Amino acid sequence: MIEKNVVVKNRAGIHARPAASIVKTANQFNSDLKFRKDNDEINAKSIMGIITLAAGFKTELIIVAEGEDEEAAANAIFDLFENKFEED
Amino acid sequence: MKKFTILDLLDLDLRENDALFLKCIAGRGGLGREITVAYLDRPGLALAGYFDNFAYQRIQVFGRGEYAYIKKLIEEGKPEIIEKFFSFHFPCCIFPYGAVPEEKFIEIAEKAKCPVLQTELSSPELSQRMIRVIERIFAPQQVLHGVFVEVYGIGVLIKGKSGVGKSEAALELIERGHRLIADDLVEIKSVAGNHLEGKGGNAFLAHHMEIRGLGIINITHLYGVAAIRDTKQVQLIVNLEEWDSNKNYDRIGAEDKTEEILGVHIPSLVIPIKPGRNIPIIIETAAANERLKKMGYYSAREFSQNVVKWLETDSAASPEDF
Repeated sequence: MIEKNVVVKNRAGIHARPAASIVKTANQFNSDLKFRKDNDEINAKSIMGIITLAAGFKTELIIVAEGEDEEAAANAIFDLFENKFEED
Repeated sequence: MKKFTILDLLDLDLRENDALFLKCIAGRGGLGREITVAYLDRPGLALAGYFDNFAYQRIQVFGRGEYAYIKKLIEEGKPEIIEKFFSFHFPCCIFPYGAVPEEKFIEIAEKAKCPVLQTELSSPELSQRMIRVIERIFAPQQVLHGVFVEVYGIGVLIKGKSGVGKSEAALELIERGHRLIADDLVEIKSVAGNHLEGKGGNAFLAHHMEIRGLGIINITHLYGVAAIRDTKQVQLIVNLEEWDSNKNYDRIGAEDKTEEILGVHIPSLVIPIKPGRNIPIIIETAAANERLKKMGYYSAREFSQNVVKWLETDSAASPEDF
């Protein structure tokens, strides 16, 4: 299992479109992918789950990946956040 | 858990027999004070000057007795005790019966930046409601991935890997007249240690579902208010999984399997998915069967007992007589 800290860098936060691109990316991997915010853990392969996280600008999240391709999965999600979901 | 402050308490959306009708009449500067324990205190002894074991972590409720006593203290020109009382950092004080404390008391509270709240409720009613409300806030909670529906009055939590068809099964259940409580993210609270209560994580985004190929849909608009519900007790867990031919699935169902969430055991089932199996109808039947069990009828167990009884009779020994 690996954990990786990320920060929401796009001003609009994680709204529907970024959530959809996270789910799309997450579903390319077999590993279990989750986001942890405060004490809550939600499935990164579920679009409603990610939107309900209500992760606004500058929110800190932890990506938790577990499975055979965990490292690649966590990195792919991390890159999405770093690229601001191709927004701004 | 996040801090729970007096401001959060005033902001709660409480209805019917949970409504506290609280309003802040003084000490707004202290609305950020935190509530840490789910108990209330009647500060009689403290006001009489005895501060040993004073439970200052608790919310202080001023009943009729305390109200009359502070009035007397102020009239007799002894505000020092009240000042000492306010030197303790308690969350807030509440005056039931809509009572308004003396001006001097308010002045001291303002100086100490301690919120003074007031409610129309009587003090026993306030204590009961308050403890119920705060206990719910401090109840252990967990967020689970799944769909939570009410089927024939039973709260059914459908779990399973993403893409297994949870939402689709729930959608058909809604179509058949059952209710959606939450999709994808279910917030579960253990109330009183033996009762699980489930609801959607976020009131603004509740009652929407994501169906692959359709996108996000609004269940309230599509099916009306009769198709939704805000909270419900979790009474049955249904695990959907891909049919695994190497696995033995329960064929009789005489044993009760349970799953533990927050220390509470909930009846659970594993339903394998295969083309041609109508999952919503199986879930409906499981819910109806759960109701039967609650009424004391165990279909599978009674069936096995009847088989045993029949085997013991003569008719089983010589079936050719029929």
